[in-house]
Order: sequence, then structure tokens, then C-alpha cells
Amino acid sequence: MTNPIVERERGLVELERRIAELRDVNVDQPVDMSPEIAALEQKYEEILREVFGNLSPWMKVHMARHPNRPTALDYIDAFERFDELHGDRHFRDDPAIVGGFGLLCGRPVIAIGEQRGRDTKENLRRNFGMPSPEGYRKVRRLAHLAARLRVPIITFVDTKGADPGISSEEHAQSEAIAMCLYEFSQARVPIVATVVGEGGSGGALALAIADHVIMLEHSTYSVASPEGCAAILWSDASKAEEAAARLKLTAQDLQGFGIVDEIVPEPLGGAHRDREAVIARVLGSIDAAVSRLAAMPPDRLLEERYRKYRRLGSWESGQQESDGSHA
Amino acid sequence: MPMPEWLRIRRGKHADQRDAALWSKCPVCGEVLYRRDLAANLFVCTKCGHHFRMSAYDRISMLIDGDFTEIGTEVATGDPLGWVDKKTYPVKIAADREKSGINEGVVCGVGSIDGFDVALAVMDFHFRGGTMGTVVGERITMLLEEARKRKLPCVIFTASGGARMEEGMFALMQMAKTTAAVARFMNDGNFFVTVLTDPTTGGVSASFAFESDVIVAEPKAMIGFAGRRVIEQTIRQKLPDEFQTAEFLLEKGAIDMVVTRAELKPTLVRLLEYAAGGRRAS
Repeated sequence: MTNPIVERERGLVELERRIAELRDVNVDQPVDMSPEIAALEQKYEEILREVFGNLSPWMKVHMARHPNRPTALDYIDAFERFDELHGDRHFRDDPAIVGGFGLLCGRPVIAIGEQRGRDTKENLRRNFGMPSPEGYRKVRRLAHLAARLRVPIITFVDTKGADPGISSEEHAQSEAIAMCLYEFSQARVPIVATVVGEGGSGGALALAIADHVIMLEHSTYSVASPEGCAAILWSDASKAEEAAARLKLTAQDLQGFGIVDEIVPEPLGGAHRDREAVIARVLGSIDAAVSRLAAMPPDRLLEERYRKYRRLGSWESGQQESDGSHA
Repeated sequence: MPMPEWLRIRRGKHADQRDAALWSKCPVCGEVLYRRDLAANLFVCTKCGHHFRMSAYDRISMLIDGDFTEIGTEVATGDPLGWVDKKTYPVKIAADREKSGINEGVVCGVGSIDGFDVALAVMDFHFRGGTMGTVVGERITMLLEEARKRKLPCVIFTASGGARMEEGMFALMQMAKTTAAVARFMNDGNFFVTVLTDPTTGGVSASFAFESDVIVAEPKAMIGFAGRRVIEQTIRQKLPDEFQTAEFLLEKGAIDMVVTRAELKPTLVRLLEYAAGGRRAS
């Protein structure tokens, strides 16, 4: 399926090419072309604003899936240092999950991310960023390691969802995800999760139980993919656009619900249009959150994490807080 | 303590007359079964042994000795997204209440099974396909917190199509909430058993269903993360019939035991006895 964001960008690419051409020509021409260039540049800005200024939820889904959008490794590789660790110690190493030791703003951390491919070949190797149970068992192992060494856990969420294949079912995908949730809810170290692309269902949540949850401005995070939701409710995946609108899956909606703590802005047209700036901004936000959380005693960190998820519900009557007797 | 109305009716002498439908047809062998015989046989087909899906109330009546103190009855379904498709979400909920006779997808409470006090949750597939929204997540969390406070073992019967779409991310977050409650409960040394009934999938299987000490399943129950249809669409081929059945999961090492309904209560009692360090004098 073609990505409508990529389609929209085609027209802009053509305009960019003409502006560049004029600039080249302008250097060795006696006639000054500057006014023409300025006019084209203004038009370019206008189109950019018109096309990308007010993205619908469905367009955000495509922005989150944009082939050039920075992936987990683009962020992790911008750490001062990263040493990847591999495997689930049982069966295999899942390339849809990357993780290991890293150094972020001078601080040792465990970084874990869902990694989709940056081209078709890599996508095939990484199963389009859909982790298998082995991947989630690697996540759990690394989270456990972080908790033991008392270093923060930094995660990058970017998946359509957990792999729905035969071998994933044979290897107990449910159990693998459930035990990630279990580990993350108990780890006595700060956890900061950033949804950098698509946050699809339980496969995303497995890396996203965190003390601080960040989303990029045009990332999405939902109970099921819009296509999946439309198939489940209406047996018609083509109604995905309608599902995208109903699911309230945008960063803005989720911040309003208190499910997401912080939104990192993207340049007009999406994160891939200024990768370095977006990556630096995200790492800055992560570092700020980790610094704040690292100052908290572990008992309090855990208690606040419990309360944060304990509160999430919409029912009205008889609302009560957790008993709070356990620190 | 007051006995819930539904339990009183089931304990009463006219219990077998409560069903409007007198006959049920077995979806596996096609046998037409007299409803009273079916109930007497624990909703297992007398001809082929097919385990019918049970209502939460029937299940609790079958297991619990005497009284049952419900937890979380005051928690009512909200509409966090203001969901509308062909109908509004509140209209769907009202219709499911009418149809299923219960007010949400799970019934939770405290009672005893053959003398062992337990915190018990039973999900009901007849209400929104047993999907987990905020009420299901909240009631299960409340039950686990109560069990932890009173140091009771906890038994949860699952039956679920996964997370409830109409509550969006609030539904997904119930996986996080219930898991956190499970972890606290288990960290204190309490015993946790789940019984996976047909079907147990998605957000429920990928959270508390698979976090317990002992995982029991009913025969032929469909258990998995992704639904069968999704997998078939992904791999573009038909799956074998036994794929994702309880027996399949047992062979793959994902669950502890497959137990027929007739053996279920005695099995649970034995497990509770081991965890309690033997049978108490009562």
C-alpha cells in the first residue's frame, strides 16, 4: 500500500528540485533570479503548511509509518556509546528488538527498542518491527539486568504490533508479552519510554510501562492498529480511516487522557525532515526525565508507577486509590 | 452477609427453571440437549463431551460452597472515547446487559471452595465477548488488592476476545494495571491460579492469564495471542484445527494442565491445599 504522506511529498520534491536548479543557474547568470527563487520558496512553504499543518489521525498513522522516519536505532546510535547485547538465551536473537548497554548524557543506561527496517531488505530481516516471543524475552532479560545493576531503562516503541505468526504462537507470544509487563511494573529503576513511530497494541505496551511516557508529535499509540480495529469491530479492514479517528490514538488525545506525559514537537512535515534536531530533542527530554526520576527513592518510584496505572479508568462511581500499604 | 440474588436463585429449588430456552444444541456434534440435563452435567455435552461456554454466575455457583461476597459491583461502565459506530457504546453495553444478564465482563468476589477461602474472578464471554475494558481491569485489580490484604489465594477464570476496542487506550492500559496488581500480590508470596476457558486471547492472554503460578485450561479451549483469522490472513494459509487449542499449548509447554470440567473443582481444591500447606481443620 502506498503511503499518502509519501505521495504528498512527491509534489514538494519536484518544487525543491526546481528551487535548487534556479539557485545553481543564478550563480553564473548575469540576470538576478532571486525574486523568482523567493516566490517559489514562499509557495513551497505554503504548500508545506497546507499539506502537513493539520494532519488527521489517519494521516498521522501514515506519518508514524513513514519509511524515512527515524527508527529506534537512529536514536540509540546518537547516544555517546552503545554496545548491543543479543538473544533470549533460549532459542534465537530477534532482530525486531535491539537492546544493550548505552551511555546517555554520561549516564549508563539499558536501551531497548523495536526496530523496523529502513529499507525492504532490512524490513524482511527485522520482520517489519514486529517482535516475536524471543524478542520480548530479550526485552525482559535486559530490563531485569537493568534493575539488577540499578541503571535506568530507556525504551523506543515502534511497532504495528507483536508478530502474529505460527511460530510466535507456538512459542507463547502471550506469555512473553505478559512477562515483560510484569518485569516493567516491578523494575526498581527509572523507566522512560518514547513512542517514536507506531505504538501498536500489547506489542507496544510490552516496552511502554514507564514512569515517563513521551510521544513524538505525529506518533500514534492505540489498543489495536486501525486496520485491526476495523476488522475486529466491523469485519472490514478498509474502514481503517474511520477506526483511526474513533480510537483517539494521537499524541494529543493521549496526553489529554493522562496516558502520555510529554509530547516532543516535530518540524512541519514530520520528524524525517530534520532528523538531527528531532533526535537531539528526544534525547534531551529523555535525559531530563531520567535525571528527575533518578533522584527519587526506588520505593517511591514504584509506588508512583503503581498509582499512575491504577488511576487509569473512566468509570465514575466508587473510585478509590490503591491501598498504598506497599512501598 | 447478603447472598447475591443470582446465587440465591441458583441455590433455590427452582434453579433449573430459570432458563427460557429449554433445549441447547451442541455446536460440535449437533446433539440436541435438554437444558436441565446439560446444567446437571456442568454444561458439558452428554454425547461428545464438548465444554459449552459458561456464564460467570453458573461457574461461580458450581464452585463456591455457600455465600459469595461480590467485589466491585459499584464500578460501572463509562464511555471514555464517546464511541459511536452503528450504535453508541452505551447502547451496546445496555444491549449486552439485557442479553447476558450480567452488568459487565467479569464477576469478582470472595467465597470458599470446599473450605478454602479464595478470591475468585470469572470472566463471561457473553458480555462483549469477554473483552477487557476499564471495568474488567478495575474489578480484577480490586480483587487482587483485596486478596493481597487478606492473604487469600486468587483464582481467575478467563474468557476473552482481548481488549475492548470501544474504550481504546484505556482498555490497553488495563493490561498494565492488572499486571501491576498481580506482581504485588505474588511478590507477597500469595498463590495465583488462572483457568483458561474458551476463548482466551489478546490483551487478557498477554497479561494476567499468563502471569499466574499455575495455568489450567479446559479441554479444546482456544488460547492464543493473535486470533485465528488474523494469523490466517498474515500467513495466507489455513491453520490446522488443533492449533491454539489447550491441548496444543500443553504440548508446547505453555500451560500446566488441561482439566475436564468434572475434574476442575477437585483439581483446584488440591492446588489450594498444596499452597495452603495442607488442609486446615474447619
